Formats: sequence, C-alpha cells, structure tokens
Amino acid sequence: MSPAAAAALRRRAGSRRLPGSLLIVLGLGALALAAFASLVLGATAIAPTEAVAALVAFDGSAEHVAVAEVRLPRTAVALLVGASLGVAGALMQAVARNDLADPSILGISMGAALATVAGQIVVGVDSAVLLVALAMGGASVAAAAIVAVGLLGRGGFAAERLVVAGAALSGLLLALVQGLLVIDRESLEAARHWLAGTLTGAGWDDVAATLPYLAVGAVIATAITRPLTTLGLGDDVASALGVRPRPVQAATAVAIVALAGASVALAGPIALVGLAVPHAARALVGRDIGPQLVACSVLGALLVVVSDIAARVLLAPEELPVGVVTAIVGAPVLLHVARRRTHRP
Amino acid sequence: MTTRTALLPRRCARGRTRRTRAVIATSALLSLATLILTVGLGEYPIAPGDVLLSLLGRGDPSSSFVVSELRLPRALVAFGVGAGLAASGVILQGLTRNALAAPDLVGVSAGAHVAAVVVIVALPDLTIAMLPACAFAGALLASALVYALAWRDGGSSPSRLLLIGVGITTLGYAIVLGVISSIDELIHASQLVTFMAGTVYGRGWQELATLAPWLAIGLPLALLSARQLDSLMLGDDTAGALGVRIEAERLRLLALAAGLAGAAVAVAGPVGFVGLMAPHAARRLAGAGHAAVLTTAVMLGGCLVLVADAAARTAFAPVDIPVGVVTAIIGAPYLIWLLTSRAR
Repeated sequence: MSPAAAAALRRRAGSRRLPGSLLIVLGLGALALAAFASLVLGATAIAPTEAVAALVAFDGSAEHVAVAEVRLPRTAVALLVGASLGVAGALMQAVARNDLADPSILGISMGAALATVAGQIVVGVDSAVLLVALAMGGASVAAAAIVAVGLLGRGGFAAERLVVAGAALSGLLLALVQGLLVIDRESLEAARHWLAGTLTGAGWDDVAATLPYLAVGAVIATAITRPLTTLGLGDDVASALGVRPRPVQAATAVAIVALAGASVALAGPIALVGLAVPHAARALVGRDIGPQLVACSVLGALLVVVSDIAARVLLAPEELPVGVVTAIVGAPVLLHVARRRTHRP
Repeated sequence: MTTRTALLPRRCARGRTRRTRAVIATSALLSLATLILTVGLGEYPIAPGDVLLSLLGRGDPSSSFVVSELRLPRALVAFGVGAGLAASGVILQGLTRNALAAPDLVGVSAGAHVAAVVVIVALPDLTIAMLPACAFAGALLASALVYALAWRDGGSSPSRLLLIGVGITTLGYAIVLGVISSIDELIHASQLVTFMAGTVYGRGWQELATLAPWLAIGLPLALLSARQLDSLMLGDDTAGALGVRIEAERLRLLALAAGLAGAAVAVAGPVGFVGLMAPHAARRLAGAGHAAVLTTAVMLGGCLVLVADAAARTAFAPVDIPVGVVTAIIGAPYLIWLLTSRAR
C-alpha cells in the first residue's frame, strides 16, 4: 500500500468518529445539564435561579432545603451509581469477552442485595459502613459462583451459558430475598422499593460509606486499562507480550465487585445499566478499553441521572423506582444484542 | 406416508415399552404416596393411615376437616401447578429442541406473571376464574414476541431464544416491581411479593376449580400432540417430510404451552425451575417418546411442587415461606449443574 493510500485510510478511519476532546466536552456538558435538571425537576419544579441560589446563598426556605439537602445528594448518588455501573459493565464485558455480561444479569447485584437484606433482617445490622461491607461480601460470593461456572466445563464464558447461569443465580438469590421478606414483613415496605433499585432518600452518609470502595474500583480500573487491552487479543498473544492473564483477570474481578457492590449499597440492584452503557460507549469511541471506560463513566452517570428524573416526573407525585426506568431502557439493548448474535450451535 | 408416520414413534418405543410402563406406574404410585404423606404434615400432624381414611370419608371429624377443607385442596393445587408447568416445559423443549427451554427461561411465565399482576392491581373486582385467561393472553403474547425476535435467517436458534427469553423476563420483572412499588396498601404489596416468588398459600377448592379446567383440556391436548413433538425432534426437514405442517404446528404447540403455564402462574405465581427439572428428569427416566415423557413429567412436576410446598410450610412454621423459594433452592443448582456438565 502506498503511503498516500495509507494516510487516506487513516484519515477515513479517524473521520468515522468525532475527535475525542470534542466528545469529552459534549459528554461533560450533557452531564452538567442533566445534573442541573435533576436539581430543578421533581414532584415540584423549582425555578432554575432559585436552585442556583440554594447552592450559593442557602436561606433555609423549603425550596432551598429541597434542592440542597434532598436533590443535591440524590443527584450525586445517581452520578456515582451510574458511573460505577457503566465501568463495571465494560470491565465485565471485556474480561469475560462476552458482550452480554452485566452485574445485574449475572447475579452479582442480587448477591449484594441478598447480603444486605439478610444483614438487616437476620442480624439487625443498621450501620451504613457494615452494610456496605456486607454488600461487598455478597457481590464477591456471587461473582465467585459465576467465575466457577465459567471455568468449569468446556463452554467457558460463552454467551448462552453465562447468561442462563446468571439468570439461574439471580433467580435463586431473588427467591431467597423474597423468602426473607415474607418471614419479616415489617422490612417489606422499605425493601419493595429498594428491590427494583431506587435513589429515594439517598444522602451524603451513603456516599461517605461507599467512597473508599468506589475509589479502589476506580484506581484498579485505571491501572488495568493497558493490560486488559492486551488481554483482549487473546490469552496466548497477551502471554507472549508479557501480560500474565490470571492476575489481570483477578484485579478486574476485584474492581467489578467493588464498583457493583458499592452501587447496590447506594441504590439497590439497578438493572441493565452495565449492559446498555458499554454498547453505546463502543459505538462512540470504539473498542479501546481506555476511552471506553471514560465514555462508560460519563454515559452511565448520564443514563442514571436522566432515568431518575423520569422516575420522579413520569407518575408525579408518585415515584417509580429508577431501576424500572433503566430496565425499560436497557431491555431493548439486551434484545438487540441477543438478536444480532450469529447462530453458533 | 400415513403408515410411516404411524409406525415411527411406535417402532422407536418398542424396546423401551416395559421400562416406560414401569416408570409411569412408579411415578403414579409416587404421586399418590407423596399426596398422602404431605397432606399429613403440618402443625396438626395426621398419620398416613388416618389421611387415607379421611380421604375415603371414614376419618374422625377433626382430621377429616383439616384434610378435606385445608390441606387437600392446597395439595391438589400444588400438584396441578407442578403438572401444568412440567407439561409446558416438555412442549417448549420439544418445540425448540433445546433442553434448557422452560416456561420461566423463555419468557412464558414472565408474560403470564405481568398480565396477572397488572389485572389484579388494575381490575380488583375481576373474579379469580378470569385470571388464567388473562395470564394465558400475557404468556402467549410474551412467547410469540420471544419467538419472533429470535427468528432470523429462516430459523430461531436455540441460544438466541434463551437470551431473548432472559431479556423479556428481565423486562417483566421490572414492570412487576414497578407495579408493586407504586401501589398504596402494604398488605396488597406483600401479597404481590409472595405471588412474585410463587406460592400456594391459602389456595383452596375455588383456586382448584379455576385451575382444573385448563389442565383438563390442556393435558389431553398435549398428550395428543406427542406424535407431532416426536416428529419435530427429528428436525424441521424430516418433520416436514413426515407431513407435519411445521410453522402452524409450532404456533399451536406454543399456544398450548402458554395455556398450561399461564393457568399455573395465574393461580400460584411464577414458581421457578419446575418446568425445567421435571421434563429433564422425565426424559432421563422414560426415554425419548413424548407421550411417556409427558406423562412422567406431569407427575414428577406435581410431586416436586407438592414436596417443595410441604417443606416451605413446615420449615419455618408458623411462617409459610413461598414454595417458589424452595423450588429455586433445588432448581438453580440443578440448572447450573446442567450447564456445566452439558458443555463437557
């Protein structure tokens, strides 16, 4: 190929997508807009000027309290949950080489949920720090179960096996949660909203309790970006390039558990964010892990903040759980990806 | 042509006839024994002999009351729910030639569940007798949607069918959870959470009367379709050559599976994994002919739910945990074992 032709090819490949810097500016702009809308919109709409005033010159009026003490922490939690679920989904899809992997589909979210519900009902735990630790434990056990299914048998982490095993695991864990709720009916009122994933009542103390885990997840995700990209070429190629697969996979699993567990502790088992977001991110920035993780954190945060606004506004003054909205957004993506798969008997 | 179609399944089955008969007879005895034993279990235990006397109308008044008014109808509903789900599973697995196709995996139970919950909440005055029809409509809609979405390039691949089924089930759960969290009365919500797990708590003669007609029509129809299922197992081309009108037959069988599972879900909620385990066990025991597999699976499914419910109502007595919790505890490891051993 002549140098000119190669340059033309590069140009064409480059021009298929918008330049990265522009995408980041656009993404952050959209995120800021959505976050501000989340402060303004709700059961009662508050004038934008009033919302700004609540943040810079708090005067203790009912509207200012609603913005600064209810909607601001809620929006912050939505951003954190969305970003961590988006990144967890991208990491799972990369490490399992399976574009249907997602914390909610593979039962990891429900593992965290069961551990939290069991801790509250059976042992009576009510400290936020302990509950987050329990969520981590539950997510780890569920993740270990899924890894075991992937390692046992010859089918590996192939889509059908993994998704059906995840559905079975999720079904079992959900059934156990329901069993606990039936035994202890008093906890049902809180749990029936939380079980679908909700941001109602999210506050700064939740953020403080989960922040260490989110930080661990973010640091590991940043550190493993390059080896994970190499691993995408296949275990053999990666080994030849000096990247040992097992430690990278183990670190990725730790990051996934930290991010998914923290998001469940913050907002319950929100469905399908980790599935839908990486697909959108890949359409925008391509398959490189680094840009993909950045795009996933922005798009995930955007998806959860916008879904939460919809959850508050659609049936106002009633509130839908935000997980119902994300499931309705995410299910068509799941169906589309499943349908797109070529037939492999 | 007709002689061949008539001969084929029979010739396949000839070597197995004795074993098949033995399996069916054993399953029938097992069902009866399970019924008598589980009806005796509970806060007021009744010896199997007294249960039998009460069933024959010769027991003492107090145990007769407990048996005929409280435990027998609930046990029969449990058995019927298991039978309906198992029959639905046999049909779906034959139809798709996929051992993992079960009503709760390919979206049939989810469709029935969503329809039942929406109808219960939106139309509280509707009699329970109408509920199976609504659940049937929901199940049919969901399964047709799954089938249509899985259809590509002139066929519906088994793995796509499962993946899309999981997608539709996820969507169904989200809708149900949305409904549960948006209703006002807590008692109602707690009933719906139990229903979501699958329960036969408090089910009596009325619920049995609701379920029975669907089974009385659906099960014989399923048995009459056994030969078509046998032919479909040979592959579309062979089945077509044997004179089966494939797509029309598939649609009819799908409707039958939706009706059987829909009625079960309407009465007891989406009791999980029964439609997977009972057909699979029956196929291992009774061989490949669908008439024998169906008969065995119906009885095994019934026994499974019956035993699971006996465990569910006695394990944490006086609290009745939903029977679906017990079937999930048995069924999820079974399915995961099936997945790991199948791939080897």
